[in-house]
Amino acid sequence: MAERMGFFTDTTLCIGCKACEVACKEWNDVPDDGFVFRATSYDNTGALGADTWRHVAFIEQDSRWLMSSDVCKHCTHAACLDVCPTGALFRTEFDTVVVQSDVCNGCGYCVPACPYGVIDRRERDGRAWKCTMCYDRLRGGLEPACAKACPTKSIQFGPLEELRVRAEERVERLHAEGMTEARLYGEDPDNGVGGAGAFFLLLDEPETYGLPPDPVVTTRDLGEMWRWAGVAAFGLAGALAACFLRRS
Amino acid sequence: MPRRRDEMVPDAEFRSYYGQPVIKPPIWHEPHMPTYLYLGGLSGAASTMAAVARLSGDRRLEFSSRLIAFAGGTAGAAFLVAELGRPERFLNMLRVFKTSSPMSVGSWTLAAQGGLTAVGAASAVTGVLPLVGDAASLASGVTGTLMATYTAVLLADTAVPIWHEGRRELPFLFAGSAMASAGGMAMLTTPRAQAGPARAATVLGAAVETAAGAIMERRLGMLSEPYHSGKAGRLMRASRVLTAGGGLLAAVAGRSRALTALSGLAVTAGALCTRFAVLEAGRVSAVDPKYTVVPQRERLDAGRPASVPGR
Repeated sequence: MAERMGFFTDTTLCIGCKACEVACKEWNDVPDDGFVFRATSYDNTGALGADTWRHVAFIEQDSRWLMSSDVCKHCTHAACLDVCPTGALFRTEFDTVVVQSDVCNGCGYCVPACPYGVIDRRERDGRAWKCTMCYDRLRGGLEPACAKACPTKSIQFGPLEELRVRAEERVERLHAEGMTEARLYGEDPDNGVGGAGAFFLLLDEPETYGLPPDPVVTTRDLGEMWRWAGVAAFGLAGALAACFLRRS
Repeated sequence: MPRRRDEMVPDAEFRSYYGQPVIKPPIWHEPHMPTYLYLGGLSGAASTMAAVARLSGDRRLEFSSRLIAFAGGTAGAAFLVAELGRPERFLNMLRVFKTSSPMSVGSWTLAAQGGLTAVGAASAVTGVLPLVGDAASLASGVTGTLMATYTAVLLADTAVPIWHEGRRELPFLFAGSAMASAGGMAMLTTPRAQAGPARAATVLGAAVETAAGAIMERRLGMLSEPYHSGKAGRLMRASRVLTAGGGLLAAVAGRSRALTALSGLAVTAGALCTRFAVLEAGRVSAVDPKYTVVPQRERLDAGRPASVPGR
């Protein structure tokens, strides 16, 4: 197994140019999903989805303008992969999570399972799609298209351990410069998804960027769910038996 | 009344990205998915009822139950295949067996249930290979209990707050509903003199469904709002009235054919309304960022962030 690779997206450096969105679409041949003027901000992409694997969020605040390029988190404990019934979703040698489009049968279970709302079904071809961290480029020794195209190094690609160290140093420097609101999001291996393979440096609460503040991999509670279902199943058999015993 | 309760809960303060959803809503279609949930439950409870009827010697009720179990499972499977984005690849469901995926476990359960109930029904109708038919029918009594409850795990094992946080009660809601559905359908297809246990199952199932639903809503707190308002709220209220009414009627339905028909149809409609209500409430719960953000923010503010111990 190769080293675990990841993204560190430093939103303080993002200038909202959307080169990442364009490069992703070009390289991965992701279909057009329309430009919609949403009348809320400069964001005419909207959200991550089957046809949007990088999404630049624009948050207009009183004295500043926040921009952030969102992407699949490639979770350590990935709900989409856990719940996929066909094995179409798999973990690569780079510890990333990828859909095999020739296996996916479009059951759609991964879609509500993702705690970040990343993966979605493309209704045109009936299959689930999301960021692959440019699996083909990684295998060829190249960096993902979005990181390559980013003109400000807001999107940084590399071994996850290195990125975590680099991000800690960056936060310390920003704090020293007076930007005390700078904080990392998703990097902690003890969080609800066991640490994200794509993490962020944010300047406000995650929910402001459309990110869940404290996501959990849904399958964490699967044992508890089956136990309750087991009790209900036994109860059903017992209750039905009682219906026959009572009479005669 | 539900409306008054809504007004008493102040709107939670929270921040979001222009009010957009954080998670994606389930993309399952109506009527496919809710109808499958109903039919799967019906088939599961009916096959368990057939097995118990076999053991107690209620041959006429066993006959009806076997046919219901087969019809429900087959029709349910058809709805499930039609629901897929690539229906021609439905056999990929049996490509692997994954215990981490309730849909994988469910697909294998449905495959076993479908095969066993088909053999049981074919034998009951033709009289061929009665021992094989009995063995299959008894085995489907076991798969049936899983069939009637796994769908609760299927929904709870998502990031949808109203489903995930209802994970304790959903299996009882669905098991009760399945029991009432099977009792109601057996009542409609069995002579009244032999349908006593089916009526009892209808009463008991309706009571369990009603109680589980009430407990679930209370324990969900603010997250239960979608069950009280809009389309999901209307469906849930209809389900309550139909299920409770049908269940009470079943207690006296032995007296006439009209009462039997009324009761059986009411619990069937109630069970369908339950599934449509749960699906619609899940959609609302996913689309409004409030239900995702507020509980997570409360967790963080209380200094109890989520973790995944032991993995």
